[in-house]
Amino acid sequence: MRFFEDIEIGQRRELGSFTFTAESIKTFASQFDPQRFHLDEEAGRKSLFGGLAASGWHVGSVCMKLLVADGQRQAREAAARGEPVAVWGPSPGFRELRWIKPVLAGDTISFASEVHSLRLSDKRPQWGILEGRNTGTNQRGQLVFSLLATAFVPRRNPGAG
Amino acid sequence: MSHARRRVEIPANSGHNQARFAAIPDMMLTFEDFPPGHFGTFGPRRVTRGEMLAFAAEFDPQPMHLDEAAAQRSMLKGLSGSGWHVCALMMRMMCDSFIGRTASLGSPGVNEVRWLAPLRPDDDLTLDVEVTEARISRSRPDTGIVTFKAAVSNAAGQALCEMISPIMVARRSGLTAEREG
Repeated sequence: MRFFEDIEIGQRRELGSFTFTAESIKTFASQFDPQRFHLDEEAGRKSLFGGLAASGWHVGSVCMKLLVADGQRQAREAAARGEPVAVWGPSPGFRELRWIKPVLAGDTISFASEVHSLRLSDKRPQWGILEGRNTGTNQRGQLVFSLLATAFVPRRNPGAG
Repeated sequence: MSHARRRVEIPANSGHNQARFAAIPDMMLTFEDFPPGHFGTFGPRRVTRGEMLAFAAEFDPQPMHLDEAAAQRSMLKGLSGSGWHVCALMMRMMCDSFIGRTASLGSPGVNEVRWLAPLRPDDDLTLDVEVTEARISRSRPDTGIVTFKAAVSNAAGQALCEMISPIMVARRSGLTAEREG
């Protein structure tokens, strides 16, 4: 993971992709979002989605999974170079989440994250606050998912002003 | 309006709203059942340490969600659940309490989520739901768009997460047309 000072607006990282199998869609939905169009192929076909559709919360959770994996990859690379590893803080929330198109069984979604805004925390001088636009694109190149997420990012030199 | 609005009574703090609705076989909530105002309070729902760790291991394997020692050093000062787990649990509580009995057509997104305090192992969650706006879709006049503000709190009454999200709900007239067609 990078420190606040190493990050610039517009920086983009490809986070990797995930294939939503019918089995994974139903497993998540049966735990957290048991609506018929997330559990049953026939009900999905008859719905506005036109097929067995992943819960939007499943799509968001998978985006988080790939964000964490990307952060861990960056941390390993920094450690291998002998550099200090930045440990990011928790997120205060997100806004503008859009489920733009359904994610149907068999779809492979590629996720990316782009830095949208950066500012220093007023209350916590050792932290900066980053907003990132996280997106998901399906195998046909269609944007299916987007949100603007906020995270606390540690500063390298909090005393430097 | 050709149909009188049905009054939907939701018992506060009951974990068995699903059963209550299921006792009325023909009852399906439509757009007309979601006027602006307080809708209901649901729960409590216990979240075990095991559930918390399982979600974090699969979707959010950060040390602050998985490792006690790392969690103590984190800003949240102790093991905490993933914020996405909290959202998923809110969705499940809404499904069990009313969305499972609603002519829901899905949701276009979420306006805002604020994670206010950490989820802790064995928290008992209570969900409070308010309808902030209810309007007819311009592009699909058989569909209404109901915007909910949902807030989840722990047993101490501390708010953990607030969510503002629209859900598309069929109008009663649209359902009738579908049945007849």
